[in-house]
Amino acid sequence: MNAHAGFTQLVIDAAYLVASVLFILGLKRLSSPATARGGNALGATGMLIAVLATLLDREIVGFSGILVGVLIGSAIGVVAARAVKMTAMPQMVALLNGFGGGASVLVATDEYLRVTGGLTTATVDVALTIVLSVLIGAVTFSGSLVAFGKLQEIVTGRAVTYPLQKTLNALLGAGILVLAARLTVGAPDEMLYWMLIAAALVLGVLLVIPIGGADMPVVISLLNSYSGLAASATGFVLHNNVLIIGGALVGASGIILTQIMCRAMNRSLTNVLFGAFGAVAQTGAGGAAAGDRTVREVSAEDAAILMGYARSVVIVPGYGLAVAQAQHQVRDLANLLEARGVDVKYAIHPVAGRMPGHMNVLLAEANVPYDQLWEMERINPEFERTDVVLVIGANDVVNPAARTQPDSPLYGMPILDVDKAQHVIVMKRSMNPGFAGVDNELFYRENTRMLFGDAKQSLTKLVQEAKAMQEA
Amino acid sequence: MEGLLFAIYVFVLAVFIGFEVINKVPQILHTPLMSGSNAISGITLIGALVVAGRLEGPLSTAIGIAAVALATINVVGGFLVTDRMLQMFRRKPDGER
Repeated sequence: MNAHAGFTQLVIDAAYLVASVLFILGLKRLSSPATARGGNALGATGMLIAVLATLLDREIVGFSGILVGVLIGSAIGVVAARAVKMTAMPQMVALLNGFGGGASVLVATDEYLRVTGGLTTATVDVALTIVLSVLIGAVTFSGSLVAFGKLQEIVTGRAVTYPLQKTLNALLGAGILVLAARLTVGAPDEMLYWMLIAAALVLGVLLVIPIGGADMPVVISLLNSYSGLAASATGFVLHNNVLIIGGALVGASGIILTQIMCRAMNRSLTNVLFGAFGAVAQTGAGGAAAGDRTVREVSAEDAAILMGYARSVVIVPGYGLAVAQAQHQVRDLANLLEARGVDVKYAIHPVAGRMPGHMNVLLAEANVPYDQLWEMERINPEFERTDVVLVIGANDVVNPAARTQPDSPLYGMPILDVDKAQHVIVMKRSMNPGFAGVDNELFYRENTRMLFGDAKQSLTKLVQEAKAMQEA
Repeated sequence: MEGLLFAIYVFVLAVFIGFEVINKVPQILHTPLMSGSNAISGITLIGALVVAGRLEGPLSTAIGIAAVALATINVVGGFLVTDRMLQMFRRKPDGER
């Protein structure tokens, strides 16, 4: 290596250090909505610096292939990022996770082909990192594609179960371990390597297919973590610290989000992954008891009056709101109430929507200012002082049984304590139980009124009534 | 082996930094956090660039180009969609609280 080459390498390494620091600083700025956009730009700058520095690498002798790949990737990336609907963000993230995993598989594969082609020798540690990289990458790739299919409803959203499922998974897992061990310590073998990729791809499919649609927030978070770990593993293969650091940051982020989602759903990760929740329609044990209790209905007009004369209203948006695409109607209603001097807040449960934080994005898109979006821990003490709570298409996350009934499947799940408010208006299509199949005692309470009907239509009516009050 | 150990060092420390930093991200921003961190995991791109550019045969280059394309979608799509989301997060226009 001559002095010039040594200097070039120094520049590249320094650039990678800068990129790593920018990634960390960028993520740090995501701690507040005010600085988040700048943080994302910092991360992108880090990426650009890393890419430009890599192009100085002596190993790179041809640029046309790179140009083709970058152009294709950029075109698809730009179009997808512009066109995707905010409601489809979970699918988008699932696909991006998968592509990251796929890229790791390809890079590791080329490295392995260099080994079998005699271009480089595989010591145990090199072989091990390649095997890890391809394993994590392939599981991320195929698992993410299945998750995408489920979210996009190409594949059934229900949990797919079949006889001997766990046995089959265990056998496949054992087979993969044997292959991986053989490839790590034995002589290089291309055939076995392709078998490992195929097995890992199948494993990714089998791991995600038995998970029900409602558990997808956990799965995407976990795959997010895997995509990071796949990048890290590639970093181990290439001895490249910026890959290791960037990947580790994402891996950590995905694990934190997975934990938060599991806690918010009152489930363990093992239960989500292997419990096949939602495979069979759950029969609510509380169904029979519901018969002898009465619910009190309310008209849109009365509901509007109740809210219009309140001092404070808290809106609890659930999955049903996102399905009905009625975020803008909610915002209109909130505007009218605020014009009357009502204090309006939104209470966001961590699992509202289809991925972590999803409901916040949907409301932000409908021009709801972020200072009105309150997290569960922050809003719960406020309910006692709240005049009216408007629950839209949410059920399990406002079920008081989670606090009071130790025999309920929801018991222990963190909920929004809406029952502590003066009045509760629940907008619901029918009296069907929620995802967990549990009857909701909230609906029968003295201070609860039910507003039945399609969320969008009911909200439109509420907006009309509120306008009429304004003009009167 | 010494190289592997050093890499593990870097990995473990980075995971700890990740936990510290990400724990401070509020729930309201968790979706942009996922898409944005996803874009960062597209750092695999720099490995892909070397594969696509070192011209070690048609198969190797083809693998490299595919890897560059996939990773670029991840990077470009991830950062852009995150930016699109984050610009929607606004305070109340008049700044009242």
